[in-house]
Amino acid sequence: MSDTPQAVVDERVQKQSKLKKALIRPELGSICGTILVFVFFFLVAADSGMFSAEGTMNWTVVSAQFAIIAVGACLLMIAGEFDLSVGSMIGFSGIVIALMSVTYGFPMWVAILTAFAVAMAIGWLNGYICVKTGLPSFIVTLAFLYILRGLTIFLSIATTNKTIIGGVKEAAEGDPLAALFGGKVLTGLFSWMGEQGWLATFKGGSRAGQPIVDGIPMLVVWAIVLVIFGHFLLTRTRFGNWIYASGGDAQAARYVGVPVDRVKILMFMFTAFCATVFATCQVIEFGSAAADRGLLKEFEAIISVVIGGALLTGGYGSVVGAALGALIFGVVQQGLFFANVESSLFRVFLGTILLLAVILNTYIRRMITGER
Amino acid sequence: MRTTWKRLAVAAAIAALPLAGTIGTAQAEGEKFILVSHAPDSDSWWNTIKNGITLAGEQMGVEVEYRNPPTGDIADMARIIQQAAASNPDGIITTLADPDVLSGPIQDAVDKGIPVIIINSGTPEKAAELGALMYVGQPEYDAGLAAGQRAKRDGVGSFLCVNHVISNPVVGERCAGFADGLGVDLGSSMIDSGQDPAEIKNKVKAYLSANPETEAVLTLGPTSADPTIDALKEMGKAGDIYFGTFDLGTEIVKAIKDGTIQWGIDQQPFLQAYLPVIILTNYQRFGVLPGNNINSGPGFVTADALGKVEEFAGEYR
Repeated sequence: MSDTPQAVVDERVQKQSKLKKALIRPELGSICGTILVFVFFFLVAADSGMFSAEGTMNWTVVSAQFAIIAVGACLLMIAGEFDLSVGSMIGFSGIVIALMSVTYGFPMWVAILTAFAVAMAIGWLNGYICVKTGLPSFIVTLAFLYILRGLTIFLSIATTNKTIIGGVKEAAEGDPLAALFGGKVLTGLFSWMGEQGWLATFKGGSRAGQPIVDGIPMLVVWAIVLVIFGHFLLTRTRFGNWIYASGGDAQAARYVGVPVDRVKILMFMFTAFCATVFATCQVIEFGSAAADRGLLKEFEAIISVVIGGALLTGGYGSVVGAALGALIFGVVQQGLFFANVESSLFRVFLGTILLLAVILNTYIRRMITGER
Repeated sequence: MRTTWKRLAVAAAIAALPLAGTIGTAQAEGEKFILVSHAPDSDSWWNTIKNGITLAGEQMGVEVEYRNPPTGDIADMARIIQQAAASNPDGIITTLADPDVLSGPIQDAVDKGIPVIIINSGTPEKAAELGALMYVGQPEYDAGLAAGQRAKRDGVGSFLCVNHVISNPVVGERCAGFADGLGVDLGSSMIDSGQDPAEIKNKVKAYLSANPETEAVLTLGPTSADPTIDALKEMGKAGDIYFGTFDLGTEIVKAIKDGTIQWGIDQQPFLQAYLPVIILTNYQRFGVLPGNNINSGPGFVTADALGKVEEFAGEYR
């Protein structure tokens, strides 16, 4: 439009420069934050092994974990709702998988599909109750935080007398669906790089000579796939617009024909789906499920989303931002270990840096959108 | 716009200052050892472990670090062990709270050539299997069994086990051992008390009201013992009901003194933290290593021998 000044200018549309247009994105703040965080840790922890292949994989995996649950939480938050039951859902899904496969001897793929079905049914119930009663999702999902955690402990104790169910790794061996969650990709490339001497290798033991980092875990692949899916859904489809509309002003959205209830319920189910992806990857990787897994993960998901520039009130945010928020959170959390921060002050630094990230973010957003 | 940026830059610099200061001190000469525990932040018992490694670090002139998963989530602990290995320390001291989850990361560290010592939770067999140098700790089942046999001699026939770390199966073995020592079935005598003091207190009260014939209470650490002491005092059962506990702490010592608690089993966590640092340092410097695992406990602490314990409870005992 700026190339053709002679064209008819609609006076109702505010003129914006191309640069400003490129800047007005929810994820801009988190892009700046990401750069700052990497520069910071590069300065203070570069020689600590944080940026070696092994160290990089460490914070990548942790960030990917945050990203998986952040994508669900992000879409739900943009749709105007919260889910505080994410952490409990992680513990619950994990126990369902372990119970079905180890205790009851079903094939692993049946166990995984059951966990997804049960989790998404609970997600549906969460959403249905919120939509039908009009209660804040904060309260409804808080109730499910307790219900699911309690059920998880009860189920595992009632059936096995233990709160940790092991032996999942053996049960998952050779299962095609389990490999989709617990396997590693590009292992050939990594062992080739190990042979070339580009990657550090094991010095002793039965695996001497193999690279210490022997592939990209499926967990990371899932995180990337979910982020791309979420971003596409939100920005390139009609349904994405419905999500924004439902969170921005639900009543106005209803007037123009957006099926707000359906959108919200679907987003609750998607959040439960993401939590179950997290749980499945964890259970298959570590080979056991425990009733206390996933404690406080709901807050980690929410903080990733908020660092990523989404508004707690809904209607504004981006999946890419949430993914960057997860990256910031993961890098800061693991980076503080690498930087040798005194352990009792660890959480003080974590909290301070996260707060700074959110403040920075908010300022940048206000600056570019001109809101006061 | 420019002032906002400036302000942000200043804020970031200020935030970075204390960080940089902390990091600077870490580059002292001497070896670096990392201790990774499974305890959540709320578990005060591990303070003794922190003090133990700090003291050993000072005495040996080495650098020590304490790391733990904030919520006690063992899967998070696995990531911390991986991270510790990635930072190439001269040794890792860790617990084996859930072998399924932790075996992989510990094995990776061992294979990478980092000496590992297993402390506290775990067994000598598991430690050897993973290629760890040794195990320093208290065999949990045996300690529970010894306690149960002692209680049986004192005429106890039924009990309540207050388990505040139900997710740690190794600690649960203490209850199982105690039941076997008494010669009774564990059944529903073990309750999941959670970590919150008020919650623990009320659960103990509720259980004892519902089962008034319970003859003994066993707690598994200060986290569950302190609220249980309160609960018994409020119910008027203090000194009346047979009360034994694992581990020591300030309140526990007081209660042993006033007769509320008959005995405390000390697994001497100080040794579990102190000895591995000493052993790893000498292993790195001179290549020497004791030829066996070390049992840091159990030792029964009763009202007769409280002097030193009282002086250092919560700090080194």
